[in-house]
Amino acid sequence: MKICVLVKEVPDAAVEKRIDASTGRMDRSGEKNLNPFDTHAIEAAMQIKEGGDVPVEEVIAVSMGPESAVRALHKAVSLGADRSVHLTDESLAGSDVAATGYALAKTLERESPDLVLLGQQSDDGECYTIGAVVAEHLAMPSLTQVIKIDVEDGKLRCERQAEYGYDTVAVELPAVISVGDAINEPRYPSLKAIMGAKKKPLDALSASDAGIEGSKVGAEGSMVACGDFHDPPQKEAGQIIEDEDTNETVEKIVSWLEERKLL
Amino acid sequence: MADILVYVLHYEGELNKNSLGAVTEGARLAGEIGGEAHAVLVGGDDVTDELAASVGNYGATKVFRVKGPEGLAQPVVDAMAKVIGDNGHTYALFGGGLLGFEIGAGLAARLGAGVTMEVTEVGVEDGKLVASRPILQDSKISKSHYKDKGVIIGRLNAFEAKESGGGAATVEDVEVELSPQATKATMVERGEQRGEEIDIEGADILVAGGRGLGKAEGFELAEDLAKALGGAVAATRAVVDAGWYPYSTQIGQTGKTVAPKLYLAAGISGAIQHKVGMQASENIVAINKDSNAPIFEFSDLGIIGDLNKILPKLTEAVKAKKGG
Repeated sequence: MKICVLVKEVPDAAVEKRIDASTGRMDRSGEKNLNPFDTHAIEAAMQIKEGGDVPVEEVIAVSMGPESAVRALHKAVSLGADRSVHLTDESLAGSDVAATGYALAKTLERESPDLVLLGQQSDDGECYTIGAVVAEHLAMPSLTQVIKIDVEDGKLRCERQAEYGYDTVAVELPAVISVGDAINEPRYPSLKAIMGAKKKPLDALSASDAGIEGSKVGAEGSMVACGDFHDPPQKEAGQIIEDEDTNETVEKIVSWLEERKLL
Repeated sequence: MADILVYVLHYEGELNKNSLGAVTEGARLAGEIGGEAHAVLVGGDDVTDELAASVGNYGATKVFRVKGPEGLAQPVVDAMAKVIGDNGHTYALFGGGLLGFEIGAGLAARLGAGVTMEVTEVGVEDGKLVASRPILQDSKISKSHYKDKGVIIGRLNAFEAKESGGGAATVEDVEVELSPQATKATMVERGEQRGEEIDIEGADILVAGGRGLGKAEGFELAEDLAKALGGAVAATRAVVDAGWYPYSTQIGQTGKTVAPKLYLAAGISGAIQHKVGMQASENIVAINKDSNAPIFEFSDLGIIGDLNKILPKLTEAVKAKKGG
């Protein structure tokens, strides 16, 4: 089995995110990291590989993004991926979800994976949707927000929480599965793995290398234009108490509740 | 003139409230752009004439009924793509929910349409729909304009269901051939309830626990406080998935939506998926040791500190106050 894991570089959670007023796009400068949700996808791939229910020949990390995305790929490799593929091209900048999914699907096609895994959302764009777009282009079955994967008789048995409770779904391979953070506890990479990550093979592809039609990507190729960024209606800021003396804090909470007749 | 097609989820003979909200919203918008709102229902014999036609009460004039497996996204993508292909709808609209995200994204890819998710408001500009969506942890609003067809996926509870007095909708059966991908996933079990059934929706006071409680036993602190306050205990998805607390108490995207007089969040970071299920609460108190937790952005009283220290003392203080 060949598993591809889609990963993405996102601004570090500690960095304040903002929109670049000149381009109308998210300012993705500043400290970057591997999208935390993607570490669960890599861990899921590693657990399938190490679980032994099915032989896994290769785990490949795939990312689309600017040059700096190489760091996210190195991180993915340090967590266990065997090699990585980096789709990077000026023409891809400004792609919407549908265009990004198309570009990733074209990149994945070259690898013919049996399973594509990804995190259910990214820390910056909050999309739950990229997996479904990729699956549609690859004509593969797809499921998102999966919290348990078992490999049985060459099929996947997936569990997830949906609108009315927990669903169990049997999915034939090849398939695209996005995982939730409850699926596992990602491992920490060893120092040796971190040091070795840069030596693992990394393929850099341009849009034309991947067979991507220029008219379908970038801001021009995107079917939705986002703009008119504005502030939401301001909610009055709440009161904040830093707990130093717990007895005092509790007294403050109790009188706050009393004032609102909640006791 | 442009028509809007709305996906209506159903389960055990009942239509989903968020889907009906999307129908109400679709009917309103269709009126503004000079079109009609139609609905799609996918399922088996449980989609009776009566059930399908009842969507008309929320403003849909026509319902397309498709035989197919319900609860999975890709068969619905096939159904909606077929209906849109035959009838030329310009927009597809979804209420909040996990399936809406999956179907909407797949449909946008199939149709080459623009897609926007987590939409909280839809307006009309120059006869076209424009979707507003909060981004960056709800600190900004972004507006989506569609170059051609648009797929709009609402945030949970963004659209309120209102009976329009429109009466029964026309029901049209549509034959759809499923795509290969739609036949390769099959539901083994749907809607399994994990943990005991607890009613939290009627409670005036909720003490909700998240990962910050540290372990399943940490919920005892929340239970003690809830008992003292005369309320019930709720939970986040993370702790429900981890098996710490029953699914029936879960707040948010794939759980319950509540609006109690007091919502006390203990060890909850306040991710959007949780926020959408409780933001209408009258008073929100948050206790969290991480001062950067998003929940402090929308709580009325925030306490930065250690739950293990604060909760037991708060429980005692509440008991003393109530007893005295």
